[in-house]
Amino acid sequence: MSPRDDDRQPMVGRRAPLIDGIEKVSGKAQYTADFYHSDAYVGRLFRSPYAHAEIISVDVSKARALPGVIAVITGEDCDKPFGIIPIAQNEFPLSRDKVRYRGEPVAAVAAIDEASAEAALKLIDFKVKELPGYFTADEARAEGAILLHDDRPGNLEREVHSEFGDVDAGFHVADLVREETYDCAEVTHVHMEPHASLATYDVERDRVTLHSVTQVPYYLHKRVAQCMDMDESQVRVIKPFIGGGFGARTEALNFEIITCLLARSAGGTVRMKLSREETFLTHRGRPRTRVKMKIGMTKDGKMTACDCVVEQTGGAFAGYGIVTILYAGSLLNAIYDIPAVRYNGFRVYTNTPACGAMRGHGTVDVRHAFESVTDMMAEELGLDPFVVRRTNLLNAPIRTINDLEVTSYGLPECLDWVEEACGWKERVGKMPKGKGLGMACSHYVSGAAKPVHWTGEPHAVINLKLDFDGGITILTGASDIGQGSSTILAQVVGEVMKVDFDRLTVIANDSRITPKDNGSYSSRVTFMVGNAALEAAENLKAIMIEAAAGKLEVKPEEVECMGESYRIAGQQGSDIPYKEVVAAALVDTGTITVKGTFTVPKKFQGGKYHGAGVGPSMAYSYSTLAAEVTVDEITGRVIVDKIWVAHDVGYALNPLSVEGQVQGGVWMGMGQAISEETSYHEGLPITSNMLDYRVPTMVESPDIEVKIIESIDPNGPFGAKEASEGCLSGVVPAIANAVYNATGVRLFETPLTPERIVNGQIKLERLKKKQAAGGES
Amino acid sequence: MAKTILELTLNGQPREDAVADNTLLIDYLREVTGHTGTKMGCDGGECGACTVLVDGKPRLSCLCMASSCKGRHVETVEGCSESGRLSILQKAFNEQLGTQCGYCTPGMIMAAEGLLRENPKPSKNEIRQALGGNICRCTGYVKIIEAVQTAAGEMS
Repeated sequence: MSPRDDDRQPMVGRRAPLIDGIEKVSGKAQYTADFYHSDAYVGRLFRSPYAHAEIISVDVSKARALPGVIAVITGEDCDKPFGIIPIAQNEFPLSRDKVRYRGEPVAAVAAIDEASAEAALKLIDFKVKELPGYFTADEARAEGAILLHDDRPGNLEREVHSEFGDVDAGFHVADLVREETYDCAEVTHVHMEPHASLATYDVERDRVTLHSVTQVPYYLHKRVAQCMDMDESQVRVIKPFIGGGFGARTEALNFEIITCLLARSAGGTVRMKLSREETFLTHRGRPRTRVKMKIGMTKDGKMTACDCVVEQTGGAFAGYGIVTILYAGSLLNAIYDIPAVRYNGFRVYTNTPACGAMRGHGTVDVRHAFESVTDMMAEELGLDPFVVRRTNLLNAPIRTINDLEVTSYGLPECLDWVEEACGWKERVGKMPKGKGLGMACSHYVSGAAKPVHWTGEPHAVINLKLDFDGGITILTGASDIGQGSSTILAQVVGEVMKVDFDRLTVIANDSRITPKDNGSYSSRVTFMVGNAALEAAENLKAIMIEAAAGKLEVKPEEVECMGESYRIAGQQGSDIPYKEVVAAALVDTGTITVKGTFTVPKKFQGGKYHGAGVGPSMAYSYSTLAAEVTVDEITGRVIVDKIWVAHDVGYALNPLSVEGQVQGGVWMGMGQAISEETSYHEGLPITSNMLDYRVPTMVESPDIEVKIIESIDPNGPFGAKEASEGCLSGVVPAIANAVYNATGVRLFETPLTPERIVNGQIKLERLKKKQAAGGES
Repeated sequence: MAKTILELTLNGQPREDAVADNTLLIDYLREVTGHTGTKMGCDGGECGACTVLVDGKPRLSCLCMASSCKGRHVETVEGCSESGRLSILQKAFNEQLGTQCGYCTPGMIMAAEGLLRENPKPSKNEIRQALGGNICRCTGYVKIIEAVQTAAGEMS
């Protein structure tokens, strides 16, 4: 018999709408720019018009003297650098010695209104000695290039060299070895909400409160304290609703710290709203990446070795760069069984806005290259691309050659479903002219096993509060950025306690109220914070069972939790209503607070080699995708007609949410495949608006059919794993392979723009003619 | 900047406000009337997040002077619900997960509202065309289209 005494649906596995969906559809959800303070000053930034220059002087005296101007600050007001990685903090909120990209904040103004603030910016006298600007990795790495950062010779932020297994021997035994080089454009997040922050400085108490658009409120809290030279206990960071993140907001950003500095200087509240152009300038997206990919295969498609060289054009500051270049190498593994893998990675500083983390962090361009070369080799060997993937499946559970633990592996089921659903066997190669099908696979971590800041604290903490009214309040520092993490946590707690949403409230992201959390990145929240929520709920249930046992005069192990009542196990009629159990539990103690924590065990934290900390995760998600495209023969335009995707999420805590996450991830990958690309002219961003940076509209967005594969991970909460990043990186190669299938054109650059496709077709025609001519002679 | 008294109807209620002549409709709605449901997503006319209805037709409030709405009926997302109850369209967006981060949602709902008033039974393709100027970065649009179709089905 089911332990449930009513017809309530289980909380997990339920297609539940978002816990905060009503606010979102009714316009009541408040985002940072929606908080109005009648006494707030307007904050504005003066940005460098130079890409690379030594600062001679920043004269703000005229700006300061302008009526209506309350405060003007420059690099002199903060000499503490910040950044995400403790060993690579090389960015100042406002530049000090040098400027390193066009648009870098140099000074900031707080004024009584926008007109005064704008007028003040025009009065700032900025004198520099210009230096040569380096806008490509080749320029920055050229001999004699001036260093962007004095401590990084060759303008290299980080080099990575690793080899697992005998790569040369692997190529030696291969029947076919192919090597190709791919050049993938820089892309950026374009979260719908432009950046904004609101800071209030309490002069009497020397305290600062910041509302901001962050995915990592606690990292931000620490960086604000660091840059303001304040005790961390004097800082409060609140994340209200935020309009997407996708990785852009996984580190403290300059404008957030500047707003706090301005508020202190102005002695009050400062509201900073960045324009869409400024939001593009703040960037932190996926770097332009050159991937040289070499794979060896036997004639039956078994991979024998892989050698990969990656060069990322990282922009002006460190950001997450070290992590990005390490991810690119480590996740060559943990998807297929490849006995030997060599990786050389180069992260390069350039005079462009800094790159950072973006959905599928570090893995997307490398996966594109890998799956594209695999497709070429399958064709050359006369093998079906699905067969080649099946020939190289991992024998999970397994520890990979680079010490990643794969505990659940639904890739075989993903392959089967996609092959069937898209009608691969019947259709591929038999489609009308201009139409094609392509496929690829991909994977991703369910939370980075090593946190960025290693303090010895648990990786996740959840507090639950149960009070006189019977309501359970879930206190979490995990940032819901639209992915639905607050909803998932409520579902987990509700499932354990067997109560529904009506008893649950989630309070998130106020660094004075909620427990510290590392934040929303590396798809960690469902897995790690979900596990902490599971433990917290078990702890709370134990207290309730103890109280019920007292009332029922039985041992706790004889009590059965029915959610809205507790009873002697199996004894109908012995039920005590939930509220009475709550009242009993509160006797002598009052309000109950319990905690749950989660820490990734050492075994899952990777190997002992240099750089081993990036890539390890307690679980990996797997995806197979197929894309159907139509390519216009005349214009070269790619229309993606349909995408099929099977994603192994371990267990779908909320299938509705999983579908939404997968569709969103797949679609974002499609944008990168067909149209998205940032461009710079001498370091000046020329695509920093939503017309020139081409995010797909609804008109060019296809149906995306999602199949959820449940491999039930042994360590995930109820078996759950990551659901929104793993599917992204397979989209780009699936579309590229489909374009080849439709046109015969292999492109080695992304996005697959009409211009590139037409050029590819012309080249192909010439080659065919040449071959035909050669054949006649 | 000189101010003029602006008379219009906002979500069914008549209003009179002294508004600077260079005020955009979005700034009037957000800063003068406190209706912050309408969002600014770009630097003007690129994303659709600020879509409202003016006399029943979808308009980008970031490209529209407030003064041009004199005597007209402006509807925002806040006006969709009646006595706190979600409209059929809002309910469908909530239940079908037509919203994730929620930032494009008010504009998307108003654009869809405008469409359904004109064409109560739109095809998928008609929805794509009508909402093509509204960018969403979270959903891939699939569930937005489903939400509009669900609402259309329930309204008929």
